Amino acid sequence: MEATVTTANSEEKTWGGGNEPMGASYGKLMMWFFIVSDALTFSGFLAAYGFSRFKFIETWPLADEVFTHFPFMHGVSAPMYYVALMTFILIFSSVTMVLAVDAGHQMKKNKVIIYMFLTIIGGMIFVGSQAWEWKNFIKGEYGAIETKGGSLLQFVDKDGKRVALADFSASLHEGREQLKGNKAKWFMSEPSLPTYTVAEVQAGFKAHPDLLIRTEVIYEGDEAVAKDPKINHDLTKIKHKTVLTRAESEARLAQATFVVEGANLTRNEYGSKLFADFFFFITGFHGFHVVSGIIINIIIFFNVLLGTYEKRKSYEMVEKVGLYWHFVDLVWVFVFTVFYLV
Amino acid sequence: MSHDHVSNTKRIWFVFGLLSLVTTVEVILGIIKPEFLHLTKFLGMNLLNWIFYILTVFKAYYIVWAFMHMEGEKSSLRSAVVYPVVFLILYLLFILLTEGHYIYGVFKDSTIKWNF
Repeated sequence: MEATVTTANSEEKTWGGGNEPMGASYGKLMMWFFIVSDALTFSGFLAAYGFSRFKFIETWPLADEVFTHFPFMHGVSAPMYYVALMTFILIFSSVTMVLAVDAGHQMKKNKVIIYMFLTIIGGMIFVGSQAWEWKNFIKGEYGAIETKGGSLLQFVDKDGKRVALADFSASLHEGREQLKGNKAKWFMSEPSLPTYTVAEVQAGFKAHPDLLIRTEVIYEGDEAVAKDPKINHDLTKIKHKTVLTRAESEARLAQATFVVEGANLTRNEYGSKLFADFFFFITGFHGFHVVSGIIINIIIFFNVLLGTYEKRKSYEMVEKVGLYWHFVDLVWVFVFTVFYLV
Repeated sequence: MSHDHVSNTKRIWFVFGLLSLVTTVEVILGIIKPEFLHLTKFLGMNLLNWIFYILTVFKAYYIVWAFMHMEGEKSSLRSAVVYPVVFLILYLLFILLTEGHYIYGVFKDSTIKWNF
């Protein structure tokens, strides 16, 4: 790369091309401006998430009750650990990327190859982890009931611990078979049916007098709710979901209309319907960026292997793709905070 | 462009350590959720969330400045990238969060029950 041209004493060269007004080559500058626009896109999504969360501030799901899985630890509630691991993987792949750029500056081809390879592997592990996270989110763990009014009811035992539908639902053998292609006309279809019917859950609830219902509402402990006779005040803690008394639980369950298992774009067992929509959309859009980053990295990786940049005597392409890769990491830092911490 | 071709490896590892440390602190705070932070409200948000957001911006600064090598760029490039983003994001957040809070109030005080 030639030294930056300044316009001070070379009037003729001003319009002759090769000018770098901000001291960065055309490609790099455009990468920066692409990042600016992409950053604004992501901020738009995250701000929309904040909008919906503020709108439903009293009933929004609590992240540490939703994301509790860790590989090989079944039934153990391990909030945060898995996503922290994912964050470390992505930060580390950012480090190997910046090391590749650094090695490129010194024209050390073999080092660039090694570090870019590690970066690609790190990105793939991250996307794989994200897929596992999605699988758990979609599958769900406990199941819930949706009422006629659209609110969500979850079940707890007498100690306030969550209980899964499978643990208490009665089996009435009244379930209907899902309408599938072989029995339907070509235009008929229906989504898969939940494992239990509403009546089975209601019957099971009646048969287990210890069970209570937990609503979506986050208990804030102000005066109006502190004396509410419908709330089980022994089990409800401040900043946690409200647990109802047995009598109120039965009254609420009579309003049940849907059995909700896991999550999809229509409803989810964690609470507010928008929560799953935003989760899928924002982490999905980020995952899409990671995937495209991996693909671009692979292309550049092969160019490095072929010696393209060695001949060009500049590894600036590695630097440009590095900018994109760091940006993906940067977005994750915010997604991590907004979805998992706050 | 006119970067010195000295190796920055030392600084890279330092920033990596810093980012890991901050993430670890965030995770620990997220698991424990100390009550005195979680229950104290300050400017419409509890202190714990303020800490999370400040640490996030701190991490973002180091990623952009050290990893994306913004510290080596000309100040015109720095300004052209950073100011529009910061200004527009703050503006967007202000508009949307205010509106979200307002709609929350509308639902809460309305005579129609919408979620029961």
